[in-house]
Amino acid sequence: MSRASLHPLTIGSLLLAGVAAPLLFPAYTNQIAVLWLMIVFASTWDILGGQMGYNSLGNIFFFGAGMYTSAVVQIGLFYDVGMYTSGARTTHIVFTNAQYFTGFTLGVIAAGVVACVLALVTSWIVFGLRGPYFAIGTLGVAVAGAELMASWEWVGAAAGISMPVFPGGPEAQKLFFYFLLFGLAFLVLVFLRWLYSTSFGLAINAIRDDEEKAEAMGLYTRRYKRTAWAISAFFLGIAGAIFGNMTGFIEPRDIAFPTTTFNIFMILMVLLGGKGTFWGPVVGAVIFHVIKEVTWTYFLGWQFVALGLLIVIIVVYFQQGIVGWLMEKYPQRFGIRVAPKEKEVRSHAIGFAPNAEGAE
Amino acid sequence: MTDAIIELTNVTKSFGGVVANHNVSLTVRRGGITGLIGPNGSGKTTLFNSIVGYHPIDSGSIRFEGQEISQLRVQEIARLGLLRTFQATRIYGKMSCLQNMQISIPHRKARFFDMFTYERAGVIERAEQLLSFVGLYEKRYLRAGSLSFGQQKLLEFAMALMNEPAVLLLDEPTAGINPTLINGLIDRLQRANSDFGITMLIIEHNMRVIMNMATKIYCLAHGEMLAAGVPAEIQGNQAVVDAYLGAH
Amino acid sequence: MEQVIGNISVLATMPIFNLGLLIDGLMVGSIFALAAYGLALVWGVMNVKNLAQGDFIMIGGYLTWNLDRFGFNPLLGVPLAIVVLWGIGWFLYRTVVSKVITRDLFTSLLATFGIAIVIQQGLNLAFGPDTQSAQADLPTLTFANGLITVATTRIIGFALAILLAVAVILFMKKSRMGQAIRATAQDARAARVLGIDTEKVYSFTFCLNAAICGATGALVALVWNVQPFLGTTYSIRLFVIVTAAGFGNLPGVIASGFGMGIFEQFGGFVLGAEFQQALIVLLLLAVLAVRQLQQLRVRQAVQ
Repeated sequence: MSRASLHPLTIGSLLLAGVAAPLLFPAYTNQIAVLWLMIVFASTWDILGGQMGYNSLGNIFFFGAGMYTSAVVQIGLFYDVGMYTSGARTTHIVFTNAQYFTGFTLGVIAAGVVACVLALVTSWIVFGLRGPYFAIGTLGVAVAGAELMASWEWVGAAAGISMPVFPGGPEAQKLFFYFLLFGLAFLVLVFLRWLYSTSFGLAINAIRDDEEKAEAMGLYTRRYKRTAWAISAFFLGIAGAIFGNMTGFIEPRDIAFPTTTFNIFMILMVLLGGKGTFWGPVVGAVIFHVIKEVTWTYFLGWQFVALGLLIVIIVVYFQQGIVGWLMEKYPQRFGIRVAPKEKEVRSHAIGFAPNAEGAE
Repeated sequence: MTDAIIELTNVTKSFGGVVANHNVSLTVRRGGITGLIGPNGSGKTTLFNSIVGYHPIDSGSIRFEGQEISQLRVQEIARLGLLRTFQATRIYGKMSCLQNMQISIPHRKARFFDMFTYERAGVIERAEQLLSFVGLYEKRYLRAGSLSFGQQKLLEFAMALMNEPAVLLLDEPTAGINPTLINGLIDRLQRANSDFGITMLIIEHNMRVIMNMATKIYCLAHGEMLAAGVPAEIQGNQAVVDAYLGAH
Repeated sequence: MEQVIGNISVLATMPIFNLGLLIDGLMVGSIFALAAYGLALVWGVMNVKNLAQGDFIMIGGYLTWNLDRFGFNPLLGVPLAIVVLWGIGWFLYRTVVSKVITRDLFTSLLATFGIAIVIQQGLNLAFGPDTQSAQADLPTLTFANGLITVATTRIIGFALAILLAVAVILFMKKSRMGQAIRATAQDARAARVLGIDTEKVYSFTFCLNAAICGATGALVALVWNVQPFLGTTYSIRLFVIVTAAGFGNLPGVIASGFGMGIFEQFGGFVLGAEFQQALIVLLLLAVLAVRQLQQLRVRQAVQ
C-alpha cells in the first residue's frame, strides 16, 4: 500500500518551489499561478479518468459552476444580482474592502459546496453510462452548463459578469491569487496522497480494472463513483471561484465552461504525464503548460490548430504517458512486482506437464 | 433455517426467440456441494447468471435463505452472501494479489466513512492466510495481471473466500487447468466446503471431478432439467449419456 | 416566460402554423437523417464515434458558400463537397483514424475531437467567425394566404437528401463493397477470414461518411447557414439521433432524424432561437437518461 502522506522532502520542495517562484520570476507570477491551476485540473481529472477508469469530458462543468456561484454570492450579498448584471444599473456599485473579502471567502466556500451538490445530482445522469457514452454524457453536461448560463439573463447571459474589483494594487493582486492557487494545488496533492492510501484508492482501482467483478463482489460501486465525482467537483468549484476573481470577468463559453480548452487540457496533461499515477498528472501539467506558454505567442492565429494537432499526436503516440512509460521500464523503482514469464502449459496437453504452474 | 439454501422454482429465461432455461427447478442443500452438468448450450451459465442477478428472469422464483432474490441486483445479491466465480477468470489486473484480496473483504456492513479507513491489520493477516491456503503466498506482491492463468484462477478463488460467502457458485473451476493441478484444486474446494462451511454449486464438464465432489447432481439439456440425483444415479442414467453423446 | 406561453398559444389558435413547422421540420430533418446515417455507419462498422461529424458538414458548407461567393451555382456544391470530403476523409483515415481503431474507445473519441478542433479553428482562421449562407436565388412558395412559406431551396434540399439517402442505401444493399461493409460490421474477424480486406472496408466507410457529410454540408449552406463553431452543435444533434434510435437500427435512425427536425422547429418556435443550443444538449442528456432507465430494466449499464 502506498504511503499515506507525501515524503517530508517532497513537501519541503513543493513549498519551496511555491514560495520561491514569484520571488524569483516576478514577471511570470500569473503564468506560474495558472500552472498551479493546471496541476489542480490534471490531478482532479485523474481521480476519475486514471484511477477509476471513467474518462470524463465534462469536469469543466464544476469549474464554471463554482465560478458563477461565487460571483452570485459575492455580488448578491450586497446588491441585487439581476440589477448588477443588466445594462441599466440603478445604484452606484462599490465594494468596501470588508465586503470584498467577506464576499470572496463565502463565495469560495459556496462554490465548493454547490459544486458538490451538482456532482451528486449529475451522478444520477451520468453514472449509468459507461465508456464513450459516459464521455459524451459528461460533455453534454458541460456544454449544457455553458448554454444554460449563456441564456440566463440574471447572470448576464452571454455577456457575462464583471467581478468585484480587488482592493489593492496590481502587485498585491497578483500575489494574492498566486498564493491562493498554489495553496489549492498543495492541498489537492496532500489530500489525494492520503485518499489513494486508504481503501478508497483500492476500491476505485478495482472499479477501473473490472467494474462488473467489483459489483459481483458486493462493492458499493455507486457510492465510490459518486464520491470520486464529488471530490473532483469540490476542488474544481473552488478553483473556478478563485480563477473567476483572478481574471476579473466571467463569461459562459470561453471562461467559465471552456469545453475546448481547459476541459481538454486536463485530459492531455494526464495522458502526457501518465494516467493513473500520482505524479503523472503533475509532470504532464508542468510540461504541457511550459511548452504551451513558450510557444503560444509564436503561433499567432494558429494556436488552436496546433492544439488540435497536439491532441491527435498525444492521443495516438503517447498513450502511456511519461510516468507510465517509466513504470513499464523500471517497475522495481515504483514498487511494482511483476511475475517472471513462465512457460505456460495448456491443460489439454496430453502427457507431461514439466513446468508446474500455480502453487505448491 | 431450512435445509435448502437456494431454491429455484420453474425458472424460465429466454433471449429474443431462444429459450435458454425452461421451467428449471433445483435446490441446493445447505453445507453441501451440488453439481450442475449438461452438454454445451444447455443453459447452465444462463442459470447461474439468473441466480446472481446478472439479468432478470422471465418467470419463476429464486429464493436464497428463503428470500426472493430474482428482483435484486448483482451487488445486493453478492452482499447477501451469494458469490460467483467467472468462467473466464476475472481479477483486478493492475493491482497486486494482496490488494486484490484486501478489496475483497465483505462489504455487507460497510458504512459511508468506512471508505476512508486504512487497511486494518486483521485484514492483511487473513488475506495472507488465504493466499497461503491456495498456495500463492510467495506471489502476494506480484501484479495480478502478470500471473499465469491457473494462478489467476486460484487468486479468484481466494478472493471469493475472503468475501466470507455463504454460497459460492463456481463456473467450471477446473477449465483450463493443467491436469496435474486439478487434484490440488479439488482438494482446496473440498476443504473450503468442509472447513469454512461454504455451500457450493458447481458447473463442471470434468465428470471425474464432479462425480467425486458432489453429493447431488442436476443435469440440464436443451434448457430443461433432464435428471437429478446422486452421482451414481446420474452416471447410470441413459438419458444423460445420450444428451452428452448427441442421441435424439 | 410570457413569451413562451404566447408562442404556445399562437400554435394552439392557428393550426396552420403547426403545419408550416411540420413541413419545415421534415425538410430539415431529412438532412439530419442523412448525416446521422453516416455517423451510424462509421459507428457500426468501425466502432468509431466521430465527434468531428458536424465539422465535416461545415467544410462541405463552406465549400458551397465559396462557390456562391465566386459566382458559381451553389447547387454544384453538392458534387464538389462529395469529392473534396471524400479526399479529406481518406487523408484523415490514413493519418489518424487507422491508428486509433484498435485502441480503446475513449482514444478514438478524443482523436476525433482533436480533428474537430483543428477543423473549427482552421475554418475560423480562413473565413472568419461570421455566419454565412449560400443563396441559390430560387423562389419562395407560399400557401394559405402567406401563412406558410416554403423556400424552393428547402424543397430541393429535401429532394436531394432523399435521393442521396436512397443512393447510399441501394449501394449498401447491392454492391460488393456494400456487402463487404455489412459483413465487416457484423464480425470483422470472420470477414477477414473470408477474404475481405477489412482495412479497405474501413477506409472506404470513413470516406463514404465524409462524403455524406460533405453533401449534407452543401445542403445546409443552401437551406440554412454555416459558421465555424456550429459543427459541435450538429455533432451533438446527430449523436442524439443515433443514440435514440440505436446505431444498428437504420430505419430508426432515419425516422429519428426526421423527428429531430420537427422537434427543433417546434422547440425553436416556442422557446426562442437563443435556447436552441441549450435545447439540443438537454435533449442529449434526456436521451441518455432514458437509455439508462431502459438498460436498468435488464440490469445492464449503457455500454
